[in-house]
Amino acid sequence: MMMMATAATNDPMLPQPCSVRQVVQETSDTFTLTLEAPSGGCGNQFQPGQFSMLWVFGVGELPISISGDPAERDRLAYTVRSVGQATQTLVGREVGEAVGVRGPFGTGWPVEQAQGRDVLVIAGGIGLAPLRPVIYEVLHNREKYGRLVILYGARSPRDLLYRKELTAWARQHETQVLVTVDYGGLSWRGNVGVVTTLFKHVRLQPARSLAFACGPEIMMRFVARDLETYGIARERIYLSMERNMKCAVGFCGHCQYGPHFICKDGPIFSYDRLRPLLEKYEL
Amino acid sequence: METLERIIAEHPFFAGLESYYTNLLTGCASNARFDAGTYVFKEGEEANEFYLIRSGHVALEIFAPQRKPVMLATLGEGEILGWSWLLPPYQWRFHARAVEPVRAIALDGKCLRTKCEQNHDLGYEMLKRFAQIMEQRLEATRLQLLDVYAVR
Repeated sequence: MMMMATAATNDPMLPQPCSVRQVVQETSDTFTLTLEAPSGGCGNQFQPGQFSMLWVFGVGELPISISGDPAERDRLAYTVRSVGQATQTLVGREVGEAVGVRGPFGTGWPVEQAQGRDVLVIAGGIGLAPLRPVIYEVLHNREKYGRLVILYGARSPRDLLYRKELTAWARQHETQVLVTVDYGGLSWRGNVGVVTTLFKHVRLQPARSLAFACGPEIMMRFVARDLETYGIARERIYLSMERNMKCAVGFCGHCQYGPHFICKDGPIFSYDRLRPLLEKYEL
Repeated sequence: METLERIIAEHPFFAGLESYYTNLLTGCASNARFDAGTYVFKEGEEANEFYLIRSGHVALEIFAPQRKPVMLATLGEGEILGWSWLLPPYQWRFHARAVEPVRAIALDGKCLRTKCEQNHDLGYEMLKRFAQIMEQRLEATRLQLLDVYAVR
């Protein structure tokens, strides 16, 4: 299901320059960068869950998941945590400046398979970003899906992404949003505890549900195991993996994970394929 | 009208428990309410009950000198609050504060301890169920300690 760059050049290794439309600060270190997607360029038709390679000219290239709305064809949004020189430079771009874009690459969340079923979205930290397109997809096509349950865990209240949207999503029909933080201050009125502690409050039918999870790998390992206990079969649990993606088309091998190349075979995998690898030490 | 016995019998924590035992438990149960901001119990106090939370949230807190209290976890609807009643020295290890108005069923731990001593089958059932809660909370705490969302 790999989708190669849809850029006008058809060369997946050649970045297309796209201009910055907006930079929004989400938290103290996380920003959402929206790029113009000129028609025919910048790979503006993507599947929820896919990623792009973003070139910061003169600094380097980064694999970043697309976090925007698939229905908005004229733009591409990326939520980036600014933790190093390349990400700092990327989120420091001014409106109108250019960023090089390759992609979109990789497999997407199987949203078509989820039609007619309940959808459970589980995100940890910045892992909500690659899942946000799924949420948009379900909410834009509400009649095609059953209940939508969003579980979101973050380090602290000030690390929560998309706070206004979380509130808005919770008001949507047949949608349940539960948020928890690992460390809550005394003014925090919400849940405190890891994201798996929210499972007991979920209202959906496990036997007719698909689960999509994204976050730190160890979090996903615990989430997937608990989802199975909850009654969702391994082949209906999907995880988004991350490794050192470089070429993004399966040539260089930097992102090899067991028999898989994360960039080409993933980043979205079903848990039944990943489980033996997730439990291997130091893989 | 919901009776205490029915609420206890239908609570997931007591799923599969024989009606004879739910009868026994009901004999130790009463309704409880806590206003937002009030403490259900405090560290060091005698632990003589536990609670089935019916609505609202309770924060488990720990104090350290010269620091604000740290909220370790929150418990909500359907969850069990408190196991210190089960094990000596029967003293609470944390503070439990109602974050919002809380309705709960309080089970008298002293009464229950006596019944568990008299009926080891009941005692074993209670231990098994509480051990599962302890295991889940321990695992959640371990995961919390990993601080998985921190920048590496």
